[in-house]
Amino acid sequence: MTVMRELGEPAQNAAADGNETVIAVRGLRMRYGSADVLRGVEFTARRGEVLVLLGPNGAGKTTTIEILEGFRGRSAGEVTVLGVDPAKGDERWRARLGVVLQSWRDHHKWRVRELLHHLGRYYRPYATPGRPRPYDVDELLEKVGLTEQAGQRLSTLSGGQRRRLDVAIGLVGRPELLFMDEPAAGFDPKARRDFHDLVHGLSDLEDTTILLTTHDLDEAEKLADRILILAGGRIVADGSADHLARQVSAEAEVRWSRAGEHFVHSTADATRFVRELFAQYGEDVADLEIRRATLEDTYMALVHRHESGHAEEVASL
Amino acid sequence: MRATAQAAPGSLVIAASRLGVVRGLVEFRQTLLSPAELFWTLFINVAYILVLFFQRGHSVEGSSLALLTLPSILGMSVAFGGAQGATSILATHREDGTLLRAKAIPNGMTGYLVAQLVVTSLTTVFGIVVVLIPGLFLVGGIPSAGVGDWLSIVGVLALGLLATLPLGMIIGSSVKSAASGFGLTFLPMCGIVAISGIFYPITALAGWLQAIAQVFPVYWLGLGMRAALLPDAAVAAEIGESWRQVQMIGVLSVWSIVGLVIAPSVLRRMARKESGSVMEARRERALHRGY
Repeated sequence: MTVMRELGEPAQNAAADGNETVIAVRGLRMRYGSADVLRGVEFTARRGEVLVLLGPNGAGKTTTIEILEGFRGRSAGEVTVLGVDPAKGDERWRARLGVVLQSWRDHHKWRVRELLHHLGRYYRPYATPGRPRPYDVDELLEKVGLTEQAGQRLSTLSGGQRRRLDVAIGLVGRPELLFMDEPAAGFDPKARRDFHDLVHGLSDLEDTTILLTTHDLDEAEKLADRILILAGGRIVADGSADHLARQVSAEAEVRWSRAGEHFVHSTADATRFVRELFAQYGEDVADLEIRRATLEDTYMALVHRHESGHAEEVASL
Repeated sequence: MRATAQAAPGSLVIAASRLGVVRGLVEFRQTLLSPAELFWTLFINVAYILVLFFQRGHSVEGSSLALLTLPSILGMSVAFGGAQGATSILATHREDGTLLRAKAIPNGMTGYLVAQLVVTSLTTVFGIVVVLIPGLFLVGGIPSAGVGDWLSIVGVLALGLLATLPLGMIIGSSVKSAASGFGLTFLPMCGIVAISGIFYPITALAGWLQAIAQVFPVYWLGLGMRAALLPDAAVAAEIGESWRQVQMIGVLSVWSIVGLVIAPSVLRRMARKESGSVMEARRERALHRGY
């Protein structure tokens, strides 16, 4: 079929040093008609990092991911994914990526193991000594907790089970880079915990770079090496959850009680404040609590600042 | 450098095509085991058999009308199976995300397209066989048909699929939803069938209707099948009292070439546009429609 005629291109950049940049995005712009969805997105991801992309609905998270996946063109900017411009990525490049799609009712007559096995076979010609492809299907089913459902038709799976199969399909080619758009939507707490373990295992053991979006800030905090917040078409924050919290608010909140009375104090140096508190009141201090800004506080503050028109200030953080 | 990444692109396409054949066979088996699809096949064929049953007593130019209709139905089934079948498969798979999954894996589109060619062809052949067998009993066998005639049936079948499958894929790539794909192919096809001399001789129609019918593959597929299966005397009911084999091959070939020239670029453009958000939008629309 002529549809697949991009194969003839030479292999681009397959260097594999330890600190390799896997994703590099500079000045990425996307315009639909007269609306600018992305206006200069910049970020990079290094090998083995887990990046979580946060942002309000309509901020352009999905657009960004689809551009990186090579599923969508862009209006302007430089984008490199595994050393290749996604707009020109060939099948060899495609084989190194994993994409977790939100499935709906595709392949409903297929059985779980049968489908995973079939899709895995496309990756076999792309195996390398360091990266056997595809994944062993039974091992993968066990990893995502679908061993018992292996013989079931997809149409009989629950929403959460289908979602886990989506993740398994994204992983079957043992990708070097994995994209997941809201992967854990609809997971129960147990499945969610297992999924988090899976993500940690992938980045630690397999050196897989992962970019995912979520609306669950708690999940973002648990998974991310780095969090990116996309608002108003730009990355308005880029760093670890802790790092972001410090950027937005250097102050921690100290709460305590003394003689039945409750106190609250905000301070930039909580340790010193508490030391002085004890020096002054000693054993009278009770119910001590020090609270730093949570990711949720940070996120809300950043998005609010952006939405109330201080975009430039936020972007310069 | 990656040793296996050096594999020639051609061999990767061949490997993916082989996977496509595997996939096609799996999906054909699923079709055979699906109660809904079996019911549909059965329903259509019972309808055809009923038509043949009621036509038994009538005769045209010395042959039983049922005997004329049986090969015509085979020809029509090829056109329906190719055009309608490919349209509906492609439109459905774009809507439900099957195609996007194919796009997300290396050489997945090649495998996918090969699989759909296999499924559509097998389904069409299956449809023909299930009409043909009871049909032959009903018309009391076709005494004059020899090995050569059955071979020419296979030839007409192959040419018919070539003429109609790419067409179906073009329509399936262009429509917004499976439902509009059905509307866009089924109703016009019924109209074309009505004027193509399938259920009664085309010579009974007005000249301008005959002219329109001869533009489309349905008439020629019916004619090709009749030429292969019917006794020579039956040619009296045809236009110009001739089987017009050369014209038949010519018209079907033109449709094949046009389809094969246009289909790849349409398919490529359609594939390029597929993405998660496009799928999601389609899914929202479908949920709003309620099916």
